[in-house]
Amino acid sequence: MTIRNVRDHGQRYRPRMACLKKVETVVLEMQDPKTGVKSQTQRLVITTIPHAITGEDIVAWIANRLKIDASEAQAMGTMMVAFGYIYPLQDHKRLIIKPDTSLYRFQTPYFWPAQQWPVEDTDYAIYLAKRNIRKKGMLELYEQEEYNNLYKWMNHKWDFIVMQAKEQYRAGKERKKPDRVVFDCQERAYWVVHRPPPGTVSAMDHGLDRMVDPNLEEKKTPDYYRRIIMFTQQCIMRPRVKSSVSIGALVKYTATYKEHDPFLNSCLPSNPWLTDDITYWNLNMPNVETPTKMRVERWTFSFGELLADPRGRDDFRLFLKKEFSGENLAFWEGCEDLKWGAAETMKEKAQQIYKTFLARGAPRWINIDGKTMDITVKGLAHPHRYVLDAAQTHIYMLMKKDSYGRYLKSPVFKETQKKAAAPDAHRFSETQLEQNSKRRRPSLSPITLKQQEEEQKAKLAASGPVDITQVMSKLEKKQRK
Amino acid sequence: MCDQTFLAITFGPCDNCTQNKPLMNIYLKNEPINYCSLCVELMACQALAKGETINTLKAESESLKAKLEEERAKLHDVELHQVAEKMEALGQFVMKTRRTLKGHGNKVLCMDWCRDKRRIVSSSQDGKVIVWDAYTTNKEHAVTMPCTWVMACAYAPSGCAVACGGLDNKCSVYPLSLDKNENLSSKKKSVAMHTNYLSSCSFTNSDMQILTSSGDGTCALWDVESGQLLQSFHGHSADVLTLDLAPSETGNTFVSGGCDKKANVWDMRSGQNVQSFETHESDINSVKYYPSGDAFASGSDDATCRLFDLRADREVAIYSKESIIFGASSVDFSLSGRLLFAGHNDYTINVWDVLKGTRVAILFGHENRVSTVRVSPDGTAFCSGSWDNTLRIWA
Repeated sequence: MTIRNVRDHGQRYRPRMACLKKVETVVLEMQDPKTGVKSQTQRLVITTIPHAITGEDIVAWIANRLKIDASEAQAMGTMMVAFGYIYPLQDHKRLIIKPDTSLYRFQTPYFWPAQQWPVEDTDYAIYLAKRNIRKKGMLELYEQEEYNNLYKWMNHKWDFIVMQAKEQYRAGKERKKPDRVVFDCQERAYWVVHRPPPGTVSAMDHGLDRMVDPNLEEKKTPDYYRRIIMFTQQCIMRPRVKSSVSIGALVKYTATYKEHDPFLNSCLPSNPWLTDDITYWNLNMPNVETPTKMRVERWTFSFGELLADPRGRDDFRLFLKKEFSGENLAFWEGCEDLKWGAAETMKEKAQQIYKTFLARGAPRWINIDGKTMDITVKGLAHPHRYVLDAAQTHIYMLMKKDSYGRYLKSPVFKETQKKAAAPDAHRFSETQLEQNSKRRRPSLSPITLKQQEEEQKAKLAASGPVDITQVMSKLEKKQRK
Repeated sequence: MCDQTFLAITFGPCDNCTQNKPLMNIYLKNEPINYCSLCVELMACQALAKGETINTLKAESESLKAKLEEERAKLHDVELHQVAEKMEALGQFVMKTRRTLKGHGNKVLCMDWCRDKRRIVSSSQDGKVIVWDAYTTNKEHAVTMPCTWVMACAYAPSGCAVACGGLDNKCSVYPLSLDKNENLSSKKKSVAMHTNYLSSCSFTNSDMQILTSSGDGTCALWDVESGQLLQSFHGHSADVLTLDLAPSETGNTFVSGGCDKKANVWDMRSGQNVQSFETHESDINSVKYYPSGDAFASGSDDATCRLFDLRADREVAIYSKESIIFGASSVDFSLSGRLLFAGHNDYTINVWDVLKGTRVAILFGHENRVSTVRVSPDGTAFCSGSWDNTLRIWA
């Protein structure tokens, strides 16, 4: 019975390991006798180790060569150790760079991770067996466990493994002592990287293998090319915009939202994560009665922003009610509910919307053009989630181009703007911050909030039409207590 | 719902088979036609017609690709950094770890924020999915999945459920409960079924639909209540690792990235692949929309992050540095879109100025690969999850 190691999937050549080539270039530069890291012979216990380098020299060299600061250089050094290009002489199980006089050595290219052969369990078994032969009881606990496991499932070739181990042991004895010590160090470092002890972070632990082998070329059949042709044609015909226009829009967006980005400008009164004071979150709850000035300002940025904010939408709804054109928003909300709702209720919802908004003589009839009405009615014969898309877009554009502009000039909006809260920035002293951090309280679970909302809605349905902003704000006040 | 890239409504009688289905608009001899996905497939799989060989098809596809590049180049009149020159430079940033969430026993693979801006859900290699109140660092709920490597988790918009999946090839939705004694696994709903591992999942605008991507190379939209497949998306030739939904104003599209180095933009209604970008040199680990929805960023194993403009239909920026060698596993934008946070495999997080293309900060702290980075819904902080079993909140 042959057991093939099918774990590999060409992983060693993976473009995912593209970083390895780059690391190798840097490591080779580091080993340059003139411009590389200064190496020295170190005495370690009773043996002398040639070409040892200190952690601080490595970090300084990397910082100098790549023009980065010490902490970044240290992070890069740690990765080199984690991949096994450099190994520590002391504390060999921790694959990190210590920026002090701790000693390291370059690993021999034979043991570099990108080499041509995969890391076989057979080799690991031979290595462990060899160490066992050398001195019984030399294996650590985790190695013992591995050894026992390998013995179990590789039992059929155990003779081969022991024979190889004995050969390598004999060949090792024939080497000169310093060479043997160095080789043992290198081999041990290799296995720490590829079979990390518990608690060791090794970069060769790369996670799940991918399904598709990247080394396999995709078969170029006629349909492969036909698909490309169809796709590319469609791409060519798609309208596109000048870069100056689209990039200009991206830049404009950033400029518009700059003041509102907590990473760029401090939020008022203070960022809860920084000061442990959640006033900011309380002031910005979804259905708060008095929104903050910043929040109201966001409603002026775009119609989408206004609709996305529940408080903004409520304000807009109030305005539309005063103008007797609330059915547009109600229709839009109905369509959203249809699109994102459960598949089961979809047909009834579509019918309900048709009866309420689109049918002749409907109670909340919306005004859409004949063509759109035509498409919609035809589509309703076979209702699906996007059947009302055309009508929804039409109404959305109507609201955006007409009602939105008037809303921003209306007394409703001006009133909201005037009443909007503008909290002052918090100025906490050190001791106050300390106290705040001790007084962190949990908040109401979203589950509770949802239950409360459901209850309120049920009460509403039972008691008849009520101004929903009042209800939601009452709810919000209750939640805050 | 934006008035810019607005695709024609696509549902109705197919021009070929006349059945009422979601339609894809494609071009036959430069004439637009609307075919259903089945007819598109059949068209693609036609045998070679008279006078056609593999080579003629290959030549045609090459010439079309060249033509597309030409069309794109015609409108390429300015670079991002040129337009960004007139913007002020950003000041110094002081971002520190404000909370460390310890509790996972193994690598943290994925996390998501709740809309209440303080709760998060995280999943790990040992199958545990934990819901935390990140502000107090308390654990509120815990679920043990029947599989390991839970690579995808998402919080429902209502905050009352979480979805997760991984090596079980499924995406399951767990309704959360306030009762501490209740076993959340008893009410679990199996929603998605793929033929390989689940790499990413996301709720759409409600708790009722989930979008998933899988190692089997497809993405799919599912109805939560019934587990019904609503739409599937085929086009990647290798594992799909990541997806992101367009912000709600721009509606019905999402972008996915995979091991075939491509980032594809899809129309959720018809399942059609509308745009594709293939400039990365290695697997794309993460894609994220720019807050306005007109662009998206991607992070890849080739150690670069790139910004793609959807309206101009090309890559507009590459975020790379000689000293950044190790792949980016996860990216996210700050609220204004000015900052891009990228978590890397060398245990660090790089923060980029999106417009000027420079790196503004590098954050240390994790002791193993950073697997996931997400900004909170109100932009006040971001959370990073790492293979060192912890999550950190930075602000």
